[in-house]
Amino acid sequence: MNAIPITRKPFFRRRKVCPFSGPNALQIDYKDVKLLQKFTTERGKIIPSRITAVSQKKQRELAQAIKRARFLALMPYVLD
Amino acid sequence: MAFYETVFIARQELSAAQVEALAATLTDIITQGQGEVTKTEFCGLRTLAYSIKKNRKGHYVLFNIDAPTSAVKEMERQIGLNEDILRHLTIKLEKLDPEPSSLMQSKQSRERRYESFGREGYGSFELQAEGES
Repeated sequence: MNAIPITRKPFFRRRKVCPFSGPNALQIDYKDVKLLQKFTTERGKIIPSRITAVSQKKQRELAQAIKRARFLALMPYVLD
Repeated sequence: MAFYETVFIARQELSAAQVEALAATLTDIITQGQGEVTKTEFCGLRTLAYSIKKNRKGHYVLFNIDAPTSAVKEMERQIGLNEDILRHLTIKLEKLDPEPSSLMQSKQSRERRYESFGREGYGSFELQAEGES
């Protein structure tokens, strides 16, 4: 059913899980540019964890990895 | 002995043979300091995300090192003196990874690893956050 329903469905938010925690978790590696790019905006800023649902601990690791990748010119500091 | 990982970027004007010679001299410094280079990766000429000292491209080389601090310090000092090296990063690791790094894998196709994860970037996260209407 593609049409907009007349009666609004109750608001439902799927519980997000951290992509770096739990079984079959992704590994954070500063050399893995493709993965790190998913956690930056199109301007190259790091996306806050409240949007990506990365856990606090992993977000700190991720930020460190992104900053290392930037230093090695694997990722840009700013994109415009 | 501790585990280290070093990545350095050499100037783009160097030939592949020159880069290998450069890597060999650095490996020598480590071996002379009773250390060992367990893995050397030549990641080839990559485009830099921003220009460093007016270079747009650079040769990336990665070392996995199992060596005492003194040997690594000496290698870093030599890297600092070498004008062919644009930038380097050495980090201490808990354990060394014998597999080819992501820098090497980027040449091959490795899409399947991320199938479980959204590929659209920011947009997909926003969709997730808002949920279904």
